Amino acid sequence: MLQIDLWKRVLIWLTCVVGLLLAMPNAFYPRVEAHNDAVAAIEMGASGNGLEEQAAMWPSFLPSRLVNLGLDLRGGAHLLAEVQVEDVYAARMTSFWPEVRDLLRGERATIGTIRQQPGPDTELRFKISKPEAIQEAASLVRGLSRPVTSLTGAGASDILVRTEGDMIIVELSDAEKLASDERTVQQALEIIRRRIDEVGTREPTIQRQGSDRILIQVPGIGSASELKEIIGTTAQLTFNPVVSRTSDADAPAGAGNKVLPSIDEEGVFYIVEAAPVVTGEELVDAQPSFDQNNRPAVSFRFNPTGARKFGDYTAENIGSPFAIVLDDEVISAPVIQSHIPGGSGIITGRFSVEESTNLAVLLRAGALPAELNFLEERTIGPELGQDSIEAGRIACIVAFVGVLVFMFLSYGTFGVFANIALILNVGLIFGLLSLIGATLTLPGIAGIVLTIGMAVDANVLVFERIREELKSAKGPARAIELGYEKALSAILDANITTFITAVILFAVGSGPVRGFAITLGLGILTSVFTAIFVTRVLIVMWFERRRPKTIEV
Amino acid sequence: MRLRLVPQETKWDFFSRPTLWLGISGALMVAALVSFFIQGLNFGIDFKGGTTIRTESAQEVVIADYRAALEPLELGDISITEVFDVTFEEDQNVTMIRIQAQEGEEAVTADMIRKVEAQLQTVAPDITFVSVESVGPKVSGELITTAVIAVLLAIGAVLVYIWLRFEWQFAVGAVMALVHDVVLTIGVFSELQIKFDLAIIAALLTIVGYSLNDTVVVFDRVRENLRKYKKMDLKEVLNLSINETLSRTVMTSATTLLALISLFVLGGDVIRGFVFAMIWGVIVGTYSSVFIASAALLKLGVKRDWSKQANTAGNKFADIDA
Repeated sequence: MLQIDLWKRVLIWLTCVVGLLLAMPNAFYPRVEAHNDAVAAIEMGASGNGLEEQAAMWPSFLPSRLVNLGLDLRGGAHLLAEVQVEDVYAARMTSFWPEVRDLLRGERATIGTIRQQPGPDTELRFKISKPEAIQEAASLVRGLSRPVTSLTGAGASDILVRTEGDMIIVELSDAEKLASDERTVQQALEIIRRRIDEVGTREPTIQRQGSDRILIQVPGIGSASELKEIIGTTAQLTFNPVVSRTSDADAPAGAGNKVLPSIDEEGVFYIVEAAPVVTGEELVDAQPSFDQNNRPAVSFRFNPTGARKFGDYTAENIGSPFAIVLDDEVISAPVIQSHIPGGSGIITGRFSVEESTNLAVLLRAGALPAELNFLEERTIGPELGQDSIEAGRIACIVAFVGVLVFMFLSYGTFGVFANIALILNVGLIFGLLSLIGATLTLPGIAGIVLTIGMAVDANVLVFERIREELKSAKGPARAIELGYEKALSAILDANITTFITAVILFAVGSGPVRGFAITLGLGILTSVFTAIFVTRVLIVMWFERRRPKTIEV
Repeated sequence: MRLRLVPQETKWDFFSRPTLWLGISGALMVAALVSFFIQGLNFGIDFKGGTTIRTESAQEVVIADYRAALEPLELGDISITEVFDVTFEEDQNVTMIRIQAQEGEEAVTADMIRKVEAQLQTVAPDITFVSVESVGPKVSGELITTAVIAVLLAIGAVLVYIWLRFEWQFAVGAVMALVHDVVLTIGVFSELQIKFDLAIIAALLTIVGYSLNDTVVVFDRVRENLRKYKKMDLKEVLNLSINETLSRTVMTSATTLLALISLFVLGGDVIRGFVFAMIWGVIVGTYSSVFIASAALLKLGVKRDWSKQANTAGNKFADIDA
C-alpha cells in the first residue's frame, strides 16, 4: 500500500541535494564573497595582489551564488529621486529663442522688430512691432517645428505656436512634452548609473519607478549625502581633435596632447589635443537617427556659440578625425565628412540601432538633464546591519531548536522525520533565495523565522490525521496512507491562501516588505514540498525497513 | 510519553455561549475603533513623512541635553527616546530621534540633517549616526494608499478563493474573521502607541494569511464532516470539526509562537514592533478562526447537499434521500 516509485524517490532526494548545494555558499559567506569578487576582478583583466589565491579559496565546481543582503543588513544608502522634468521645457525654450530671433530678423521688412516678453519659464513670448503681420510671423515660427521623435507621438509637431493680440507664444506640444519627459528620465537614469558604476561599489540598484522617479540603492556607502554627491558630479563631455591612434597606452603624447583609451574597443588608444574644440555644455540635443544610407547614426545640435566653433573647425579639418570624449574616454572618433554649419551634425560609424541610441543617451548625458528632488533618503550604518544579522541569526537558531525539541516531544519518531524535513526546508529556502538572486532583508529574516514556525503545520496536519485514522482501528500502513490523502486538501487550501497574500505583498510592497514577501512565499513552497514529499519518503523508508505492527504517532 | 497540549479526545462545546464570545469580540472591536479614531495611530515616517535618526554613543544619554541641543534649530515636534535592548553591549547607548516633516518642504532636506548631526556632536562628541532615514510628505501619502490597497486586495483575493473552493458562506465567515483580526491589531497599535510603519503592513498581511490558514483548516474539516454526517445538526458538525482539528490548531500556534517569541526577545529592537504585531495576530487569528469564522458560518447556515449540482440549493428536501 505504502509505495513510492523509485524515480519519484530519486527525484525528491535530487531536489533536496541540489537545493542544499545551492544554499551551501551562504554558510561560508565571507569566503565565497571574496572568491566572487576576485573572480570578477580577474575577468575584468586585473591580476596580482593575491587575487588568484582568493579565487582559489572556493572550489570553482561548487555553486558560488550568494543571497544578496539588503541595505538594512549590509548598510548603505537609499535614495528616491524625482526628476524635475519641467526643467527641460524651460531649457528647450531658452535655447529655441536665438533660432526664432535669427529667423524673424530676416523678415524684418514685413513683421518689423521683435521683442521678448516675460512669461512662464516653459513658454517663449515675444511681440512684433507690426501686429498686422502676426499670422505670417506665427506661421514662420511654425516652420521651425520638427516632428516628435517617439512612437506614440509620431506625426505630431514638437511646438505649439499661438497668438494673443500682438504677442506670439511658443511652447512645447503635449506629445513633445511626453517624449521629452521620457528622454529626460532615461538620460538621468543613464547618468546616475554611469556615475555610480565609476565609483565601483558592489551591486547598486538603480531603477526607474513610475513615470518620473528613480530609486537608487547602494550598499556599503557611508551615507545618503555621500551618494548624492556622487550623483551630482558632472560628467565632462568634450570634442577634441585627434592626433593619432595607437595601441600603446604609454605612447608619447607630445606637448599639449594626451592619450585616452577607447570606451568600447579594447587596447585602442587615441592621442588627442588636450584643448577641446567644443564641450558638452554647448550641446543642446542628441538623438538616434539614420544617415543618408539608412545606417544608424546619432544627430546632435549645439547652441549658437558651440555651433560657430564647431562650424569653423569642421570647415578647416575635412577628412581628419575628431574624438568625442566622455570623462576621459573616447566614445567614438568619426572622420569629418564635410563642413558642418548651423551647429547640428550627425555622427556616423559602425553602429547598430541600439548602439546609436545608447550613444545619443551618453551624449545627452553630459550633465544631469534636470534637477533631482529627493523624496526619500535612508542611510543605514554597517554596524546596525551587522547587529541585525547577529540578532536574527541567534533568534533563528533558538526558534529552530525550540521547534525541533517541541516536535520531537510531541510526535516522537515522526517528529524526527518532521525535523529532518524542517532542516531541509530552511536549506531549500536559502538555496532558492541564492538561485533567484533575491535580496534578504531584516523582515525577510522574520519571514524565515515565521516559516520555521509554520512549516511544521503541514506535518502536524498529517500526523494528527494519522492519529485519527489509527483510532478507527486501521492498520498502520493504511492509517499513514489515509493520513496523507485526507490532509492534502487542507494543506493545499491553507497554503494557497497564505501564498496569495505573499504574492500581493510582493506586488504592491517595496523594499524590506518585498524581502519579507519573498521569504514567506518561498517558505510556503518549500514547506509544502518537504511536508508532502520528503517526510513521506522518510516515513515510507522507515516503514519498509521496520514493518511495525503498530505505530504510535 | 508524548507531550500533549490538548487532551486526546475533546468534546468541548464551542457554541454554548455564542452571545458571550460575539459580545466580547464586538466590544473589543468597538474599543479598537474608538481608540483608533480618538487616539490615532503612531505613524512612523513611512506614512507621515519626517526624519528618524538612530544614534549610538558610549556616553550615558541624557535626553534633556539632546533636546536642548536641538532646540535652537526650530524644527517643530521632535521626539527623542532612548532604546534599550538585551542584545546591546554595556556601553552601547542608543536613541531614536524623530523629527517631523518640515513645513513647506516637499523633498528631504539634507541641510537640516547635517545641522542636527552637528548639534548632537556638541553634546556627545563620540556620537555616531547608525541610521538616518527621511521620507518626504509626497511619498508618505502614496505609501498609505498602497498599504491600504494591499490589505484590501489580500482580503478580496482570499474571499474569492474560498468562495471558489467552498461556498460563499465560508468565504463570508473567513473574511469576517480577517476583518476582526485586522481591526483588533490596529486597535492594539493605536492603544499602545507602537510605531506603525511599512513593516507593520507586512505583519498585518501575514496575520491575514495566518488567520486564514487556521480558518481554512477548520473549514476543510467542516466540509468533510458535512459530507460524512449528512443528517447531523450544523452546530454539532461545527463543534465536531473544531474539536477534531483542535489539537492541530494548538500545535501549530504553539510552534509559530515559539519561533516568534524567540525573535521578539532576541531579534533586536529594530523589528520588535513587527514581531509583536505577528504574535498578537497569531493569538487573535487562532481565536477568531474558532469563535468568529465558525460562529458566522453557523449563523449564515450552509448548503448541505454536496453531491448534487448547485441548482438544488434552497430545496430543503434535497438531503432527504441521503
